[in-house]
Amino acid sequence: MTAQGDRVPVLRMSGIRKDYGATRALDDASFELKAGQVHALLGENGAGKSTLVKVLSGAVRPDSGRMEIDGAPYRPADPLDGRRRGISMIYQELNLAPHLTVEENIMLGREVHKAGFLGRKAMKATVRAALEFVDHPEISPDVPVRKLSVGARQVVEIARAVMRRAKILIMDEPTSSLPQEDGERLFDIVRRLKTQGVSVIYISHFLEEVRRVADAYTVLRDGRNVGSGTMDGTSLDDLIQLMVGQKVAEMFPRIPHAVGDVVLSLAALKGRAMGAPVSLDLRRGEILGIAGLIGSGRSEMLRTVFGLGPVESGRIEVAGAPAVGRAPWSRIRQGLGLLSEDRGGEGLALSMTVADNITLSDFAPYVRRGLIDLAAQRRRAREWIAEMKIRTDGPGQRVLSLSGGNQQKVALARLLHQKADILLLDEPTRGVDVVSKVQIYELMGGLAARGKAVLFVSSYLPELLGVCDRIAVFHRGNLVEARPAAGWDAAALMAAATVGRSI
Amino acid sequence: MNGNGKRRILKALNVLGPFIGLLLVIAIFSAMPEVRDRFLRAANFRSVATQSVIVALGALGMTLVIIGGGIDLSAASNIALSSVIAAHAINQGASPLVGLVLGVLTGGLVGFVNGGLITRLKLVPFIVTMGMMGIARGAAKWIAGNQKIDAPLTWVNELMAKSPKPSWLLMAPGIWIMIVFAVLMALVLRSTVFGRHVFAIGSNESTARLCGIRTARTKVLVYTVAGLFCGLSGVMEFSRLTVGDPTVAVGLELDIIAAVVIGGGSLSGGEGSILGTMIGVFIMSFLRNGCTMMGWPNYIQEIIIGVIIVAAVSLDRVRHRRAS
Repeated sequence: MTAQGDRVPVLRMSGIRKDYGATRALDDASFELKAGQVHALLGENGAGKSTLVKVLSGAVRPDSGRMEIDGAPYRPADPLDGRRRGISMIYQELNLAPHLTVEENIMLGREVHKAGFLGRKAMKATVRAALEFVDHPEISPDVPVRKLSVGARQVVEIARAVMRRAKILIMDEPTSSLPQEDGERLFDIVRRLKTQGVSVIYISHFLEEVRRVADAYTVLRDGRNVGSGTMDGTSLDDLIQLMVGQKVAEMFPRIPHAVGDVVLSLAALKGRAMGAPVSLDLRRGEILGIAGLIGSGRSEMLRTVFGLGPVESGRIEVAGAPAVGRAPWSRIRQGLGLLSEDRGGEGLALSMTVADNITLSDFAPYVRRGLIDLAAQRRRAREWIAEMKIRTDGPGQRVLSLSGGNQQKVALARLLHQKADILLLDEPTRGVDVVSKVQIYELMGGLAARGKAVLFVSSYLPELLGVCDRIAVFHRGNLVEARPAAGWDAAALMAAATVGRSI
Repeated sequence: MNGNGKRRILKALNVLGPFIGLLLVIAIFSAMPEVRDRFLRAANFRSVATQSVIVALGALGMTLVIIGGGIDLSAASNIALSSVIAAHAINQGASPLVGLVLGVLTGGLVGFVNGGLITRLKLVPFIVTMGMMGIARGAAKWIAGNQKIDAPLTWVNELMAKSPKPSWLLMAPGIWIMIVFAVLMALVLRSTVFGRHVFAIGSNESTARLCGIRTARTKVLVYTVAGLFCGLSGVMEFSRLTVGDPTVAVGLELDIIAAVVIGGGSLSGGEGSILGTMIGVFIMSFLRNGCTMMGWPNYIQEIIIGVIIVAAVSLDRVRHRRAS
């Protein structure tokens, strides 16, 4: 190893800026990494962490900024370029071919061969060495990857990066899909890599684990870095304060609304995709916020309630009566509506028109003698376009060509058009510009004022605190607690979501 | 930029593209001195239309299936089976009407089974209908005792006659049937809830489910309707041949699919139109007709049609990239 102290950083990024349309993902962000350092990259969802590491890996080109590796300028054209310079990324969704063996996966694209014939022996030796390096010689090179546990697959990915002589390893939420003991194994590997001089950029929302494994941290907020330093002498509270910051409150228009009777009641409801049974009451005229990390079980609960996932045990009651039927269409009849977090993949039929997307869940008002009155459908769609301030050429435009914010308004318009009384909104403001966000908050307040019930899942704490009457928190499948929004602050929410308890 | 105008042009191109292709094919053969006189005649156009009926009826159902994001490889076998059933029934002494209805219902039953297997067992349409392709063909041969079924001539056989019986019809009754069903299907796709649901399922099945569309039920209906059209097409095949031939229409499913694709249907679902499909059918029919008149061998026709399919789909791709 080189001399301690004033080492040249392995990596230096400065003044990185990246715009996606009207939203600024990175704004003069900088980042510095030393050799053999485990550096945690922290921030709320949407703070710019993913964009920053994508810029580093070469998957995204920054609009401006400089990067240096070992003091030499670094401008990757694509991820392959980045890999050649020693940067490897371990993705959240693992990147292995399930039908190929461990050996084939590790050597993919790097096959040792003589005149096209594979040098099996040499490759096996390389793979064994790589697995030994990450301290997992028990994984056999001949096993198909699909037969390995998620944890072991991750080890294989890391071994592949090691084999490729990675200098900088980026780990994006490496433990989010791992059971506890696999997490421990991962920390061992990270420490081992460190002693070999490999630097690790570690992205995680689980702050306690971050404090255990990382030497240094950098916190991003709204695309800028708001603080970095060594883990020693930094408390959990300091990190949370940095991540949350001082948010403006005027963004959240308060529309007075009165809370009424229970309209949706979950009694120890457990769906196949849910980690644990959940009990929850939602009332008329109430906006109930659900906080928690991505993958903590929030969306799974909404989907189970809406009939998109099978119920294993427990009950769903709508307006005091047990919910009949299992499929989404029966839920829609009972007055429920779900806004999907996956707008493009599920929420909208992108190749269809604005009018069709708005009316898709309820064509009945336009049917005359078996035929849809297309003129009436368009007329009504125009009303919703005006009401929701959707920016579009007209009801005949394909949803595909609208901006994220306007797409979301189309999806919301559908719930209003079908006259849903209980709105399950999964990340309604994700990927939405600020102006549309405020409109969506206004809309939610207005709905509550009209006696509708809103279940509002969000990863963005300020909006939960600004909009909701009550807030509940999910942590690894368990619903931590639901109390009035006034009883929470951002730090407490963050603590409950990341640690599972109040601190 | 003028996004609105540009989009309108692209939309017009969607329908016009295949139409221009059709006019081009007709223009080319009309310009050939060897065939000009024979090609550009009402009688020839009538005969092209008659030859189009069988593929066209199958393609009406296939358009529905493809817009819904599926595929039906069993279409041609289904046509053969239905024609054998119709012939068999009439041969056994059933009235022509009963034979016709039985043929159509057979097609519908095959489609219903396709749809049921796809939705119940959650299997890929390609695999299910590929299996059904063999099953239906085998059943047809079995029922026919591996030979042609000679049925007595009845009015059913006049459905595809070149010179229609009541001469005021001007064209074979089969052509009128084709036109009526094409208009009907265009209306179904454009203006019924079922039609919108089929588009939604093909565009994004998750969205369809989220919006409360009963996707399984809709898909079964789609394959059943497609099967009914194959049944009707099979009856027309029997009408044309005057025998029930279990080995007829081998490989015709590819012509049917090609017609839908040339007409703008997307194999990934959510797109297609009846007008486009019908134009696709006629492009292929006129090509065959023209090539035969020119005395060009069969293989030339095959090559030309192959080129047109690839060209049509790549044009489609370019259009899509522009649109998004």
